[in-house]
Amino acid sequence: MVKLRYEIEGGNFDLAGTASSQVKKVLKQLNISQLLIKKIVVALYESEVNVVAHAYKGHIEVEIHPERVDMKITDEGPGIPDVESAMKAGFSTASQKVREMGFGAGMGLPNIKKNTDYLKIETVVGKGTTLTMTKKLDYAT
Amino acid sequence: MKLEQIVGYIDGSIICGNIEGKDIEKGFCSDLMSDVLTIDTDKVILITGMANMQTIRTSEMADIHTIIMARNKKATPEMIQLACDSDITLIETPFSAFRICGILYSRGLKPVY
Repeated sequence: MVKLRYEIEGGNFDLAGTASSQVKKVLKQLNISQLLIKKIVVALYESEVNVVAHAYKGHIEVEIHPERVDMKITDEGPGIPDVESAMKAGFSTASQKVREMGFGAGMGLPNIKKNTDYLKIETVVGKGTTLTMTKKLDYAT
Repeated sequence: MKLEQIVGYIDGSIICGNIEGKDIEKGFCSDLMSDVLTIDTDKVILITGMANMQTIRTSEMADIHTIIMARNKKATPEMIQLACDSDITLIETPFSAFRICGILYSRGLKPVY
Protein backbone atom coordinates (compact mmCIF):
# COMPACT_ATOMS: atom_id res chain seq x y z
CA MET A 1 0.00 0.00 0.00
CA VAL A 2 1.24 3.50 -0.91
CA LYS A 3 0.31 6.45 1.34
CA LEU A 4 0.57 10.05 0.17
CA ARG A 5 -0.21 13.35 1.87
CA TYR A 6 -0.17 16.89 0.51
CA GLU A 7 -1.02 20.27 2.01
CA ILE A 8 -3.34 22.67 0.13
CA GLU A 9 -3.16 26.43 0.43
CA GLY A 10 -6.53 28.19 0.26
CA GLY A 11 -6.84 30.98 -2.29
CA ASN A 12 -3.61 30.21 -4.16
CA PHE A 13 -4.73 29.29 -7.68
CA ASP A 14 -1.17 29.22 -9.00
CA LEU A 15 -0.56 26.10 -6.92
CA ALA A 16 -4.01 24.52 -7.33
CA GLY A 17 -3.60 21.08 -8.83
CA THR A 18 -0.04 20.53 -7.64
CA ALA A 19 -1.06 17.72 -5.30
CA SER A 20 -3.28 16.03 -7.89
CA SER A 21 -0.43 16.22 -10.38
CA GLN A 22 1.90 14.48 -7.93
CA VAL A 23 -0.67 11.74 -7.32
CA LYS A 24 -1.05 11.28 -11.08
CA LYS A 25 2.70 10.73 -11.44
CA VAL A 26 2.65 8.05 -8.72
CA LEU A 27 -0.39 6.28 -10.25
CA LYS A 28 1.37 6.20 -13.63
CA GLN A 29 4.41 4.57 -12.04
CA LEU A 30 2.14 1.86 -10.61
CA ASN A 31 0.91 0.95 -14.10
CA ILE A 32 -2.73 1.71 -13.41
CA SER A 33 -4.80 2.11 -16.58
CA GLN A 34 -4.98 5.57 -18.16
CA LEU A 35 -8.78 5.66 -17.91
CA LEU A 36 -8.81 4.88 -14.19
CA ILE A 37 -6.01 7.36 -13.53
CA LYS A 38 -8.00 10.06 -15.31
CA LYS A 39 -11.11 9.39 -13.23
CA ILE A 40 -9.12 9.41 -9.98
CA VAL A 41 -7.16 12.59 -10.70
CA VAL A 42 -10.17 14.48 -12.07
CA ALA A 43 -12.07 13.73 -8.83
CA LEU A 44 -9.03 14.68 -6.78
CA TYR A 45 -8.35 17.86 -8.77
CA GLU A 46 -11.98 19.00 -8.47
CA SER A 47 -11.69 18.48 -4.70
CA GLU A 48 -8.36 20.30 -4.55
CA VAL A 49 -9.77 23.26 -6.50
CA ASN A 50 -12.76 23.34 -4.13
CA VAL A 51 -10.39 23.71 -1.16
CA VAL A 52 -8.41 26.45 -2.92
CA ALA A 53 -11.62 28.21 -3.96
CA HIS A 54 -13.57 28.03 -0.70
CA ALA A 55 -11.35 27.15 2.28
CA TYR A 56 -8.44 28.67 4.22
CA LYS A 57 -6.30 25.56 4.05
CA GLY A 58 -6.56 21.81 3.77
CA HIS A 59 -4.81 18.58 3.02
CA ILE A 60 -5.16 15.53 0.81
CA GLU A 61 -4.49 11.98 1.96
CA VAL A 62 -4.33 9.19 -0.60
CA GLU A 63 -3.97 5.46 0.01
CA ILE A 64 -3.30 3.31 -3.02
CA HIS A 65 -4.27 -0.32 -2.43
CA PRO A 66 -4.01 -3.11 -5.01
CA GLU A 67 -7.78 -3.10 -5.58
CA ARG A 68 -8.78 0.51 -4.82
CA VAL A 69 -7.63 4.08 -4.18
CA ASP A 70 -8.94 5.80 -1.04
CA MET A 71 -8.84 9.60 -0.91
CA LYS A 72 -9.65 12.00 1.90
CA ILE A 73 -9.70 15.77 1.43
CA THR A 74 -10.02 17.76 4.62
CA ASP A 75 -10.30 21.51 4.82
CA GLU A 76 -10.69 24.29 7.34
CA GLY A 77 -13.22 26.63 5.82
CA PRO A 78 -16.80 27.83 5.74
CA GLY A 79 -18.33 24.36 5.28
CA ILE A 80 -21.27 23.63 2.99
CA PRO A 81 -24.59 24.92 4.38
CA ASP A 82 -26.72 22.95 1.91
CA VAL A 83 -25.07 19.73 0.70
CA GLU A 84 -28.13 18.61 -1.23
CA SER A 85 -28.08 21.77 -3.34
CA ALA A 86 -24.28 21.61 -3.74
CA MET A 87 -24.65 18.16 -5.30
CA LYS A 88 -26.95 19.54 -7.99
CA ALA A 89 -25.30 20.49 -11.28
CA GLY A 90 -25.24 24.24 -11.72
CA PHE A 91 -25.46 25.19 -8.04
CA SER A 92 -22.50 27.29 -6.92
CA THR A 93 -21.48 29.77 -4.24
CA ALA A 94 -18.11 30.51 -5.85
CA SER A 95 -16.68 34.04 -5.92
CA GLN A 96 -16.14 36.08 -9.06
CA LYS A 97 -12.37 35.39 -8.79
CA VAL A 98 -12.99 31.65 -8.85
CA ARG A 99 -15.27 32.01 -11.88
CA GLU A 100 -12.60 34.03 -13.67
CA MET A 101 -10.28 31.04 -13.29
CA GLY A 102 -12.75 28.86 -15.19
CA PHE A 103 -14.39 27.19 -12.20
CA GLY A 104 -17.40 27.81 -10.00
CA ALA A 105 -20.00 26.57 -12.43
CA GLY A 106 -21.51 24.14 -9.96
CA MET A 107 -20.11 21.08 -11.68
CA GLY A 108 -17.43 20.05 -9.18
CA LEU A 109 -19.23 17.79 -6.70
CA PRO A 110 -21.41 16.11 -9.37
CA ASN A 111 -18.25 15.42 -11.38
CA ILE A 112 -16.50 13.99 -8.32
CA LYS A 113 -19.46 11.68 -7.75
CA LYS A 114 -19.43 10.62 -11.41
CA ASN A 115 -15.75 9.69 -11.30
CA THR A 116 -15.72 7.76 -8.01
CA ASP A 117 -17.41 4.65 -6.63
CA TYR A 118 -17.96 6.02 -3.13
CA LEU A 119 -18.31 9.59 -1.90
CA LYS A 120 -19.08 10.83 1.59
CA ILE A 121 -19.35 14.52 2.47
CA GLU A 122 -19.03 15.56 6.10
CA THR A 123 -19.32 19.26 6.71
CA VAL A 124 -19.73 21.65 9.62
CA VAL A 125 -20.69 25.22 8.78
CA GLY A 126 -17.99 27.60 9.99
CA LYS A 127 -15.46 24.79 10.55
CA GLY A 128 -14.80 22.85 7.38
CA THR A 129 -15.49 19.94 5.11
CA THR A 130 -14.13 16.43 4.64
CA LEU A 131 -14.64 14.48 1.45
CA THR A 132 -13.99 10.76 1.63
CA MET A 133 -13.96 8.95 -1.66
CA THR A 134 -12.93 5.66 -3.19
CA LYS A 135 -12.22 4.52 -6.70
CA LYS A 136 -12.11 0.78 -7.28
CA LEU A 137 -9.28 -0.37 -9.51
CA ASP A 138 -11.70 -2.49 -11.49
CA TYR A 139 -10.25 -2.89 -14.94
CA ALA A 140 -13.60 -4.03 -16.35
CA THR A 141 -14.91 -0.45 -16.07
CA MET B 1 -6.42 15.36 -38.62
CA LYS B 2 -2.69 15.99 -38.36
CA LEU B 3 -1.67 18.65 -35.87
CA GLU B 4 0.66 20.16 -38.49
CA GLN B 5 -2.41 20.78 -40.68
CA ILE B 6 -4.35 22.33 -37.78
CA VAL B 7 -1.52 24.78 -37.06
CA GLY B 8 -1.49 25.78 -40.74
CA TYR B 9 -5.26 26.25 -40.98
CA ILE B 10 -5.38 28.65 -38.00
CA ASP B 11 -2.15 30.59 -38.59
CA GLY B 12 -0.88 29.17 -35.31
CA SER B 13 2.43 29.64 -33.52
CA ILE B 14 3.81 26.75 -31.51
CA ILE B 15 4.83 27.96 -28.07
CA CYS B 16 5.98 24.62 -26.73
CA GLY B 17 5.78 20.94 -27.56
CA ASN B 18 6.21 18.82 -30.63
CA ILE B 19 3.51 18.68 -33.32
CA GLU B 20 5.06 16.17 -35.69
CA GLY B 21 3.07 13.01 -36.26
CA LYS B 22 0.33 13.93 -33.77
CA ASP B 23 -3.20 12.96 -34.78
CA ILE B 24 -6.21 14.84 -33.43
CA GLU B 25 -9.69 13.31 -33.74
CA LYS B 26 -11.93 15.77 -31.93
CA GLY B 27 -12.16 19.35 -30.80
CA PHE B 28 -13.67 20.92 -27.68
CA CYS B 29 -14.05 24.65 -27.17
CA SER B 30 -14.62 26.09 -23.71
CA ASP B 31 -13.42 28.71 -21.27
CA LEU B 32 -15.02 26.74 -18.47
CA MET B 33 -12.47 24.37 -16.97
CA SER B 34 -15.18 22.56 -14.99
CA ASP B 35 -16.71 21.65 -18.34
CA VAL B 36 -13.37 20.47 -19.77
CA LEU B 37 -13.03 18.11 -16.79
CA THR B 38 -16.21 16.28 -17.80
CA ILE B 39 -14.84 15.11 -21.18
CA ASP B 40 -14.21 11.38 -21.42
CA THR B 41 -12.63 11.51 -24.88
CA ASP B 42 -9.00 11.00 -25.88
CA LYS B 43 -7.12 12.66 -28.74
CA VAL B 44 -9.05 15.88 -28.25
CA ILE B 45 -7.76 19.40 -28.81
CA LEU B 46 -8.84 22.20 -26.45
CA ILE B 47 -9.68 25.56 -27.99
CA THR B 48 -9.95 28.25 -25.34
CA GLY B 49 -9.74 31.93 -24.56
CA MET B 50 -8.80 31.12 -20.97
CA ALA B 51 -5.05 31.50 -20.50
CA ASN B 52 -3.92 30.78 -16.96
CA MET B 53 -2.20 28.05 -14.94
CA GLN B 54 -5.46 26.20 -14.44
CA THR B 55 -5.92 25.85 -18.20
CA ILE B 56 -2.73 23.81 -18.23
CA ARG B 57 -3.49 21.92 -15.00
CA THR B 58 -6.99 21.05 -16.19
CA SER B 59 -5.62 19.74 -19.48
CA GLU B 60 -3.03 17.69 -17.61
CA MET B 61 -5.75 16.05 -15.51
CA ALA B 62 -8.08 15.53 -18.48
CA ASP B 63 -5.34 13.93 -20.63
CA ILE B 64 -5.57 16.74 -23.18
CA HIS B 65 -2.22 17.13 -24.93
CA THR B 66 -2.88 20.10 -27.21
CA ILE B 67 -4.26 23.55 -26.33
CA ILE B 68 -5.04 26.31 -28.82
CA MET B 69 -5.18 29.74 -27.18
CA ALA B 70 -7.42 32.04 -29.21
CA ARG B 71 -7.18 35.80 -29.85
CA ASN B 72 -3.46 36.11 -29.14
CA LYS B 73 -3.80 35.09 -25.50
CA LYS B 74 -0.23 34.74 -24.20
CA ALA B 75 1.10 31.95 -22.04
CA THR B 76 3.23 33.03 -19.06
CA PRO B 77 6.68 31.45 -18.54
CA GLU B 78 5.17 29.40 -15.68
CA MET B 79 2.40 28.11 -17.95
CA ILE B 80 4.91 27.18 -20.66
CA GLN B 81 7.11 25.34 -18.16
CA LEU B 82 4.13 23.41 -16.78
CA ALA B 83 2.94 22.56 -20.30
CA CYS B 84 6.39 21.26 -21.23
CA ASP B 85 6.60 19.20 -18.04
CA SER B 86 3.13 17.76 -18.75
CA ASP B 87 3.82 16.91 -22.41
CA ILE B 88 1.26 19.47 -23.60
CA THR B 89 1.63 21.34 -26.89
CA LEU B 90 0.65 25.01 -26.63
CA ILE B 91 -0.43 26.90 -29.75
CA GLU B 92 -1.25 30.61 -29.99
CA THR B 93 -3.31 32.11 -32.80
CA PRO B 94 -4.72 35.55 -33.59
CA PHE B 95 -8.02 33.94 -34.68
CA SER B 96 -11.09 34.00 -32.44
CA ALA B 97 -12.37 30.77 -30.87
CA PHE B 98 -15.42 30.99 -33.16
CA ARG B 99 -13.24 31.24 -36.27
CA ILE B 100 -10.93 28.40 -35.16
CA CYS B 101 -13.92 26.13 -34.52
CA GLY B 102 -15.48 27.03 -37.87
CA ILE B 103 -12.31 26.30 -39.80
CA LEU B 104 -11.48 23.03 -38.06
CA TYR B 105 -15.08 21.74 -38.13
CA SER B 106 -15.39 22.50 -41.85
CA ARG B 107 -12.12 20.65 -42.45
CA GLY B 108 -13.44 17.54 -40.74
CA LEU B 109 -12.43 17.75 -37.07
CA LYS B 110 -15.19 16.06 -35.08
CA PRO B 111 -17.02 17.53 -32.07
CA VAL B 112 -16.95 15.73 -28.70
CA TYR B 113 -20.71 16.08 -28.35
